[in-house]
Amino acid sequence: MGCIDFTWLIGGPQGSGVESGANVFSKVCAEQGYNVFGKREFYSNIKGEHSYFAVRVSDNKIHSNVNDVSLMASFDAETIFRHFDEVAPGGGIIYDSDLEKITTDDVRTLDEYFKERLHKLLESKNKPFTIPGVLEIAKEKGVHLYPVSFRGLLADLAEQTENPKLRGLVRMYNVLGVSLSLGLIKMSLDSLLQSIDSIFAKKPLIAEINKQAATFVYNYAAAKFTDFTYSLNGITKDPDTILAQGHFGTSVGKMVCGCRFQSYYPITPASDESVYLESHELLEVQNDRPGSTLVIQTEDEISAMGMMIGSALTGTRSSTSTSGPGFALMTEALGWAGINEVPVVITLYQRSGPSTGLPTRHGQDDLLFAVNAGHGDFPKIVYASGDIEESFYDTGQCFNYADIYQVPVIHMMDKFLSSSVITCKKFNPKKVIIDRGQLLDKVDGEYKRFAFTKDGISPRSKLGLDNGIFWNTGDESDEYGHISEDPDMRIKMMDKRMSRLDLILKNIPDDEQVVSFGVHDHTIISWGSTKGPITDAIDLLKKDGINIGFIQIKLIHPFPTDYVKFLLKDAKTIIDIEANHSGQLGKLFKQNVLRDIDYYILKYTGRGMTSTEIHDSLKKIIENKANKKEILSHGA
Amino acid sequence: MALKLADYKTDVHNDWCPGCGDFGIVNALQMALAEMGIQRDKAAIFSGIGCSGKTSHFINTFGIHTLHGRVLTFAQGAKLANPNLTIVAVGGDGDGLGIGAGHFVAAGRRNIDMTYIIFDNGVYGLTKGQASPTLKLGEKTKSLPSPNTNYNVNPIGLAVASGFTFVARGYSYDVRHLKDLIVKAVNHKGLSFLDVLQPCPTYNDINTRDWYAGVDLAKESMERHSRIYKLEDTHFDPVVHIAEEAEVNEKLAQALIKSLEWGNKIPTGIFYQNEIISPYGDRITDKIPNYLENPPSSQNISQNGLSTTDVSKILDSLKV
Repeated sequence: MGCIDFTWLIGGPQGSGVESGANVFSKVCAEQGYNVFGKREFYSNIKGEHSYFAVRVSDNKIHSNVNDVSLMASFDAETIFRHFDEVAPGGGIIYDSDLEKITTDDVRTLDEYFKERLHKLLESKNKPFTIPGVLEIAKEKGVHLYPVSFRGLLADLAEQTENPKLRGLVRMYNVLGVSLSLGLIKMSLDSLLQSIDSIFAKKPLIAEINKQAATFVYNYAAAKFTDFTYSLNGITKDPDTILAQGHFGTSVGKMVCGCRFQSYYPITPASDESVYLESHELLEVQNDRPGSTLVIQTEDEISAMGMMIGSALTGTRSSTSTSGPGFALMTEALGWAGINEVPVVITLYQRSGPSTGLPTRHGQDDLLFAVNAGHGDFPKIVYASGDIEESFYDTGQCFNYADIYQVPVIHMMDKFLSSSVITCKKFNPKKVIIDRGQLLDKVDGEYKRFAFTKDGISPRSKLGLDNGIFWNTGDESDEYGHISEDPDMRIKMMDKRMSRLDLILKNIPDDEQVVSFGVHDHTIISWGSTKGPITDAIDLLKKDGINIGFIQIKLIHPFPTDYVKFLLKDAKTIIDIEANHSGQLGKLFKQNVLRDIDYYILKYTGRGMTSTEIHDSLKKIIENKANKKEILSHGA
Repeated sequence: MALKLADYKTDVHNDWCPGCGDFGIVNALQMALAEMGIQRDKAAIFSGIGCSGKTSHFINTFGIHTLHGRVLTFAQGAKLANPNLTIVAVGGDGDGLGIGAGHFVAAGRRNIDMTYIIFDNGVYGLTKGQASPTLKLGEKTKSLPSPNTNYNVNPIGLAVASGFTFVARGYSYDVRHLKDLIVKAVNHKGLSFLDVLQPCPTYNDINTRDWYAGVDLAKESMERHSRIYKLEDTHFDPVVHIAEEAEVNEKLAQALIKSLEWGNKIPTGIFYQNEIISPYGDRITDKIPNYLENPPSSQNISQNGLSTTDVSKILDSLKV
């Protein structure tokens, strides 16, 4: 055990089936008992630009990608040009031998900036600007080359199966790439065929053709290429394992915790969640008639926010899901929800800003924006999940926080999470507790929506509740919800609302606020999806005999100052790791904890961090060779 | 116990200017609610921002005073989550046809069963009389530094083009007629729109109460010349009777043409009504069959603090 750590990369033009190929590969590996971490990178484009998927497979628990690719399956020239250098010595490249005459100028989607860098490298090694040129570099490094004529394979297959339609069926190249790879690493063929069956469950004829092709190509690779370093024969499977796509945590989490209304406007990388909710809108309910999630696609994010609030006023658990540009439009109404104490959950799948930024790429750029979103002072909660599994349980908690404290909750997710696929323990809905706080189901006597109470939280009526009439206004109001500009009332109402922040810090358990992975002389602070690569990097360093601490801050606002101070009292060097330019958590930390950050490890290329690059930077820090700001840049 | 008109009034101090047309609209709305006998806790008035935004505080039902331009979004969300509520959204013409115009059009396309009333006075009153979207090109109300440089939007025409299935105009000084229109609008199955001409006595010195009453015209002829007339007093039939394209197109075109009438003759009443187009709630039942019996706001989501939603099929499908 503990010897398989294999990264497979598939690339190709957008629309050519890179993602479905990767899904098949991930599923087969997971079914063979391996832990899987995969991540997709793609351009803001529908067809033609380069996309790729890196799937890491291990018999250990893994939570991130590494820099080194063990096997690359390419069926176009661009993938070879862009990724040949990532394949490590001992690894392999499967490529289409029909591409051997292609030069860099033949690939129109290779941008000038990349080409310039590639040409410099090729010049320095005295190689031509061609596929053979880059492949020679790989070969000299010790990479195995596996040339295969994809066209030839399909022609042979067409002949063997007496099905001339298969000839030139370019659409099948992704299946060929996956099957060749699995043949090469001796992964179970049965598992591959089952996967194809389940993916094409509704199209049995297409499944049959794909299975024929897969078998043929698998056997071809297994017989022809016998020198490959890696062989993955399968290990014992944990029966409780699922293969989860990025948004499953929040979308299934919303179903389970009783979110019954979601309004949204299409935006990358958030809309997958809403579309998934809508395609699973009918819900089975124990001992009750069927339920449903009403998903409404609105005319813009302002409307998504307004509708969500309107729905929440009826007592329905309500939510929206968006990314930075959409959230920017929502902030006016966020303040309305704040002053009217409406429990809503905004799932914020961040991407790279500012403005449209890198619209399909990763970033943790919106932490301070979320904390400060909306004009005026009002209480809100900003809560960040570190991985997909965590996001399932956190989703339920975000709705509880919203209901209990009657505040808007911003649940921070990001593109790294949304485009990952992982194996994890099956979500356990029995662990999801539903606490609606002081939501009333009946009202006796006079009712005041914003009644002053000891803990600052007023029992909450809902639209349509008998005798529960109330008023809301974006103006300052009295206890009934009618407009008031009285200065004394203003003080009381502001104090009532803002006292919520202390209550939140007091009542939310410490381990829901901050998760400590141990504190050492060098301790990392971070938040969100960096958790995976950080914990993997820490494990790597442990093997070198180096112990590094890590606290994952989940409750970002209100900031858990006392608990963070307590946790870090023995840490000597604080390292802030974030996927943004300015170290936004670091700023919050300094402002609240009144302590400096010693080192930053930052990445803002739009590509997710790998554990390799975090490991390398941490090592430099330990060895006193690091810059104050270590800037990461791995990834095409 | 039957509810009386007084039951729909709050004791909140009303700070509108003396003579404001808004009073007539609030009165008509309260009268309509009383006439229909709608339970106070089954009705919700949503309002936008501006003078008209305060309306929800003067009516003794649920009252949700929202944001500038966004009233329809809040109101639709509430109606979708709880379709048993009677929902009336109100706001000014700047609110609904300026900053909120996108929501106006989108709401028309959805046709959710509720009512939207625009208080249409041609000016932004609460910010001291700037030109609003319905003020005519070249008109100069008293606090404008120079004549209006924008063409006016046609609320009736825009509503008809956007898909509203009940489109009418009222006049705030004909409270009884307005009340009747509100009752019809609320009873309409689908999204109803009421454009209410509402003189702003403080900032609009052109479309005044006297102007609507035709006092200037009367001076010339010594006869009564109210500019306002009622479509129902003519042979105008606004209703789409059969589900045929030609019929629908004819009624839409007729409404649009009628909406362009202005000047010495201003039509009020129903311009267009189509109950053949399905309300949004019915469209939802095509995909969620029990939506109307078990809408989001009615659903039980937990028992003893634990989730009752059964996602085991989904989770099993993710198993490897």
